[in-house]
Amino acid sequence: MADASRFDVVVVGAGPAGLTAAFSAARRTSSVAIVDQAEHVGGQIWRRDVSEGYPRNKRWLVDAVGERATFIGGATVVDATTTGGRHELLLEKAGRSFRVQTGTLILATGARELFLPFHGWTLPGVVGVGGLQALMKSGLDVRGKRIVISGTGPLLVAVAATAVKRGADVTAVVEQASWGSMMGFGLQLAARPLTALEALTHLQQLGAGVLKIGWWVTEAVGTNSVERVVVSDGESRVSVDCDILCTGFGLVPNTELARRLGCAVGPRGVEVDGRQRTTIPGIFAAGEATGIAGVDSAMKEGTMAGIIATTDSSGHAVSHRPRSSSWERILERTFTLRPEVVALARPDTIVCRCEDVRLGDIDPAWSARQAKLYARAGMGACQGRVCGAALQRIFGWSTDSVRPPLQPTTVSSLLGAS
Amino acid sequence: MSADLFQITVDGVAVVVPRGVSVAAALMNAGLPLRESVRGEPRAALCGMGICHECRLTIDGRAHRRACMHAVAPGMVVSRDG
Repeated sequence: MADASRFDVVVVGAGPAGLTAAFSAARRTSSVAIVDQAEHVGGQIWRRDVSEGYPRNKRWLVDAVGERATFIGGATVVDATTTGGRHELLLEKAGRSFRVQTGTLILATGARELFLPFHGWTLPGVVGVGGLQALMKSGLDVRGKRIVISGTGPLLVAVAATAVKRGADVTAVVEQASWGSMMGFGLQLAARPLTALEALTHLQQLGAGVLKIGWWVTEAVGTNSVERVVVSDGESRVSVDCDILCTGFGLVPNTELARRLGCAVGPRGVEVDGRQRTTIPGIFAAGEATGIAGVDSAMKEGTMAGIIATTDSSGHAVSHRPRSSSWERILERTFTLRPEVVALARPDTIVCRCEDVRLGDIDPAWSARQAKLYARAGMGACQGRVCGAALQRIFGWSTDSVRPPLQPTTVSSLLGAS
Repeated sequence: MSADLFQITVDGVAVVVPRGVSVAAALMNAGLPLRESVRGEPRAALCGMGICHECRLTIDGRAHRRACMHAVAPGMVVSRDG
């Protein structure tokens, strides 16, 4: 295997936090690499659309990073180590593995969607709400498709509006938050006219009666793919026909790489101080990986990380910064998941999709590790990225430790590491 | 066939796809499931962003590729054997 490539700064993740970090770091050093598992930069929210490209007002940033930093796209981080202030990533791209070394690592690994199991959620056609957004931008044709969008949070209406624009027939947007909390949220929006305007614009694109507040999907039904869903408000049950069901229960920070490197991770995400330093010297973190706070916050943190990483990368976090802003607290309060939604899985509902483990196969008294060892839940290809967060919610379990490989890989790639 | 459309092969059957789309989107547009689960259930992409591995299949002889992370290419050979 060839020698490792060396860079002054390596950024992992090319979403808003990673791109702004690479951009601000590249103003001070010409030796910046940015790594992403996707073939193109952008992450999720700025994902490149197959026909429309990047969001218009982000093209300058994408171009600037492309000119000033080395983009290592389509590369999966298989393992990562840190010794004596040097950080090394083992990457795999198109079946070949290689190493990248740096003194300064910026983790901008973003977040993934929280999936909560319910009967029928394994049927083709059931996708995450962010998943639908990503698939549409990657060329999924939704013209004429009947779509039900369910779960909680502002993303539901935003994605519904996108789907309508692309020709879908969004038949229901099912928000589990109660009328009471949504009214409170509406009042808070009055103090944020731009956000309120955006929300109203999205709502206008939906037909009358499409938005159902205080309802949730209890079951998806179909043979080879989803054909209908059952929605309930706790009393009534209504069946709605659909071709696609989206669920959005919230986001989970991607902290596997940080944990593998030994960075402290708290309940909100990777712990950082006011300069985006993690608890490991020379390793910074920015964006959703450090706590779900949205794109504006991710850009600020990415910029900060890029500046500090190239001016004074010594030291590390000793106390972490309290993170949540008042807006985050409002969102959390409004869109708290109701217990019925967390507890939808039945004993015969599959919870671990990789290994087809049913809820009834798992003893609530176990730990996440025991569920792996005794029932294989979390032992499959996704390595518990989906069922781990769900079981954490359902049973109140803590997360299991992270071990290499961080993603499925070949033996030859792993041998290349030694 | 226009320059922006080309063929890939899915389990030996030719499928016409537009340039640039992901393998996952192409197969879902064709109404095809992407994978069979260990108990034999049909599965398709769930997360669409490389997390869930529900869209894994074999692309050009390389097993366990995530269909949502790969764009189609002319002559690409896809097989859905898990």
